Amino acid sequence: MTLADVQPQALQFDCETGNYHTFCPISCVAWLYQKIEDSFFLVVGTKTCGYFLQNAMGVMIFAEPRYAMAELEEGDISAQLNDYNELKRLCETIKRDRNPSVIVWIGTCTTEIIKMDMEGIAPQIEAELGIPIVVARANGLDYAFTQGEDTVLAAMAQRCPTKAESALANPTDTPETKNAFQRLLTFGNKAEEASATKAVDHPPLVLFGSLPDPVTTQLTLELQRQGVTVSGWLPAKRYTELPVVDEGYYVAGVNPFLSRTATTLVRRRKANLINAPFPIGPDGTRGWVEAICRDLGVQPKGLEEREAEIWASVEDYLKLIRGKSVFFMGDNLLEVSMARFLIRCGMTCHEIGIPYMDKRYQQSELALLTQTCKDMGVDAPRIVEKPDNYNQIQRIHDLKPDLVITGMAHANPLEARGITTKWSVEFTFAQIHGFGNTRDMLELVTRPIRRNEALNGLGWEQLVKA
Amino acid sequence: MKLAYWMYAGPAHIGTLRVASSFKNVHAIMHAPLGDDYFNVMRSMLERDRNFTPVTISVVDRNVLARGSQEKVVDNITRKDTEEIPDLIILTPTCTSSILQEDLSNFVDRASLDAKGDVMLADVNHYRVNELQAADRTLHQIVEFYIDKARRRDELPTDKTPEPSVNIIGISSLAFHNNHDCTELKKLMGDLGITVNAVIPEGSFVHDLKNLSRAWLNIVPYREIGLMTAEYLQREFGTPYVDMVPMGVVETAKFIREIQKHLVNQGHACDFEAFIDDQTRFVSQAAWFSRSIDCQNLTGKKAVVYGDATHAAAVTKILSREMGIKVVMAGTFCKYDEAWFRQAVEGYCDEVLITEDHGVVGDAIARLEPAAIFGTQMERHVGKRLQIPCGVISAPIHVQDYPVGYRPMLGYEGTNQLVDLIYNSFTLGMEDHLLEIFGGHDTKEVITKGISSGSDMGWSREGLAELNKIPGFVRGKVKRNTEKFARDRNIGEITVEVLYAAKETVGA
Repeated sequence: MTLADVQPQALQFDCETGNYHTFCPISCVAWLYQKIEDSFFLVVGTKTCGYFLQNAMGVMIFAEPRYAMAELEEGDISAQLNDYNELKRLCETIKRDRNPSVIVWIGTCTTEIIKMDMEGIAPQIEAELGIPIVVARANGLDYAFTQGEDTVLAAMAQRCPTKAESALANPTDTPETKNAFQRLLTFGNKAEEASATKAVDHPPLVLFGSLPDPVTTQLTLELQRQGVTVSGWLPAKRYTELPVVDEGYYVAGVNPFLSRTATTLVRRRKANLINAPFPIGPDGTRGWVEAICRDLGVQPKGLEEREAEIWASVEDYLKLIRGKSVFFMGDNLLEVSMARFLIRCGMTCHEIGIPYMDKRYQQSELALLTQTCKDMGVDAPRIVEKPDNYNQIQRIHDLKPDLVITGMAHANPLEARGITTKWSVEFTFAQIHGFGNTRDMLELVTRPIRRNEALNGLGWEQLVKA
Repeated sequence: MKLAYWMYAGPAHIGTLRVASSFKNVHAIMHAPLGDDYFNVMRSMLERDRNFTPVTISVVDRNVLARGSQEKVVDNITRKDTEEIPDLIILTPTCTSSILQEDLSNFVDRASLDAKGDVMLADVNHYRVNELQAADRTLHQIVEFYIDKARRRDELPTDKTPEPSVNIIGISSLAFHNNHDCTELKKLMGDLGITVNAVIPEGSFVHDLKNLSRAWLNIVPYREIGLMTAEYLQREFGTPYVDMVPMGVVETAKFIREIQKHLVNQGHACDFEAFIDDQTRFVSQAAWFSRSIDCQNLTGKKAVVYGDATHAAAVTKILSREMGIKVVMAGTFCKYDEAWFRQAVEGYCDEVLITEDHGVVGDAIARLEPAAIFGTQMERHVGKRLQIPCGVISAPIHVQDYPVGYRPMLGYEGTNQLVDLIYNSFTLGMEDHLLEIFGGHDTKEVITKGISSGSDMGWSREGLAELNKIPGFVRGKVKRNTEKFARDRNIGEITVEVLYAAKETVGA
């Protein structure tokens, strides 16, 4: 873009007080222990952490989860007990009972404040127990909600083998076929392969971000259509299958909250980061595939038609939200991508609250947001970092948006005041990535609006006394 | 360090927040890191509260670690004071602030100078007390604060109410069926011709606390919250209190007789015996149930009871004394109240288990093989795994234990509810057992329905593997739709790609 172009209206960035509601980042164990099947997550913290986890995870807690609290007691806080001995004792129990391939220690606010040297202790216990111990400081002092996954993946990125290490460990396997997931995709798929695009020769590509297995399959297939081969995912289904990452490999993120992981892959593993919008919504997915193709020197094809087909297939849902307004209070860092998608769907957006805004990692996503606003002829939203929920609720009362995407702490009170809401955390757990999940995402977004239509005319939208 | 997967009682600050947010127009400010306001989600989700939970965080972040909170806490208090105009702001320490050891009481003193409302520091130690003890303590602290304040201003009423009256102490938010219990207790008092002077903390204003002294009697229906306050009021004003749990027919009668004794002592002639008799035999169905054939069939059946001290003890007595059920084990996680619990269930059960470890409870249940369990949500899941029915009688609980329908546990209607809960648990187990003996229902094979029956569609191995990753409850639908999609397009073999193409096109 040159300066002579009509300048799209610039995004306005604000920063408020940071008095907002979000989940503690230790919540990442809820989805990561399920994703990494041979892991065990040990949260080193207090009753407060445990109480949050057991309530936030709901019924999952009863399924013998592969996570536990190392609950700190007064003796730990006052250093009457030795951190090393205590952690070793607990990890021995975990090894005996569960025999995991990796134990992930999640540091919390308390371990930060008492300055427990987890990174220092881990290698010693790792050597003694013979189980890898990965340390991630996913605490509420520094991070919000989904950023917890970022801290874990950044720590794991350092454990990804190099080609040389991998060859040494598996002399018969090449790194590309080592991944069980890859084997599954290429095994006995001759008929499909004939019609599909021939794989193009390009530098290895590793994707990062934890997604449910069906979604990783879909995104891998999407790239395969363009002739792009995915050599691995961080994280893989098992810790023992972490992908090879060597100098010069290309990496791309699938989620907007993975800045630290991206930084680690670039700085520590000398990988090249493909800066792309995130594959959320058909527009984002297309932008994501295009950016990957561009950086890998592959000519993308058929994407425009594919995007158009998807849009056409969800027209029934688009009708419901076109012209309506949405307000993001902000708590999971998916907000910019979601807003960009919804604006493309024909909604307007006044405010995007977001816990933390990495303008570098989200560069392409922000550019696509700006472009989308221009294309759709709507005002660019105001992006509010570290929002103040109290102020936001005043603004919501003034603006009366058609839909507020917010945490559970505010959802019911807003509904009782006649303001339609959608619970933001659902977008973290639902499948929203790739072309194929567009309908699922719109299903979520339109649900409150469809509910409104179903209950229309009953006259009880306002359910608090004035 | 302790390896822990689950806890029965929450951390101390939860207790403080439960009491603070039960009052009207009281705001709590937690000195805590981001994400510790999960309490708000619980209020909003479990209790389905229409109002914003009056709890905010004064965020502890890196800057606070480096330089201390400085003006931050004071600013947050005065800000909330102007925004919401609360009567009282309670600064609530958390595990994090316990370690930081900042001088929170100094912040409170400074904020009090500017704030129009009152400001107070919750006096609870995270590492010493749990949720329930903290709630008890906080309620006492607030009551004491306002009684002292009224006394200093000479606003303390000196007279009792003309007619006999009671305070009901300990009804709070996020507690097991408390709102229904409160309604039932008020109704019971009404039937006895006793006025309810105050209910605290739920729904009351702090400025009305000075009138607590006007009641003739205090009622503390639960063991966990309210006793400290009742003892304090007895010391201050000589108000006697009844700390019996009116749960079950026998205990409710005892509770009423105890009230009668205190009223008579204070010069109010009353006799509730006729009322008790009428309620027991004709209003409550529980006494009649205990004589019916249904209940006879339960005689000697084995049950395990576990929960907080109040509910576990009461249910143990009901099962054993009012239904002839053999309670093989009664237990509680209220370790700090062990002596009371042991004494309460003495003679009503074979074993007593005092533990906070759900694993120990689960193992005991597996060993004892009861016909039914009465416990918390955790025991319900143990029961699921062992295929033993379970009735939930105590917190910790989930959203389904906040029914909108009227479900008191206390008083005479409570006895009816408990009969249903107990009897339904046992018959379910019995039916299951009979089905097992007679080989189950007649159709064991699930009848395949719709277009997928007799399907000649071929699935590739990977396609099938991918299909099996889809959650069971939608897998059948996805399979049918994908096959229809493939048939419509003359696709011979369903591969992973076809599966997802179908999802995109027809939303399979």
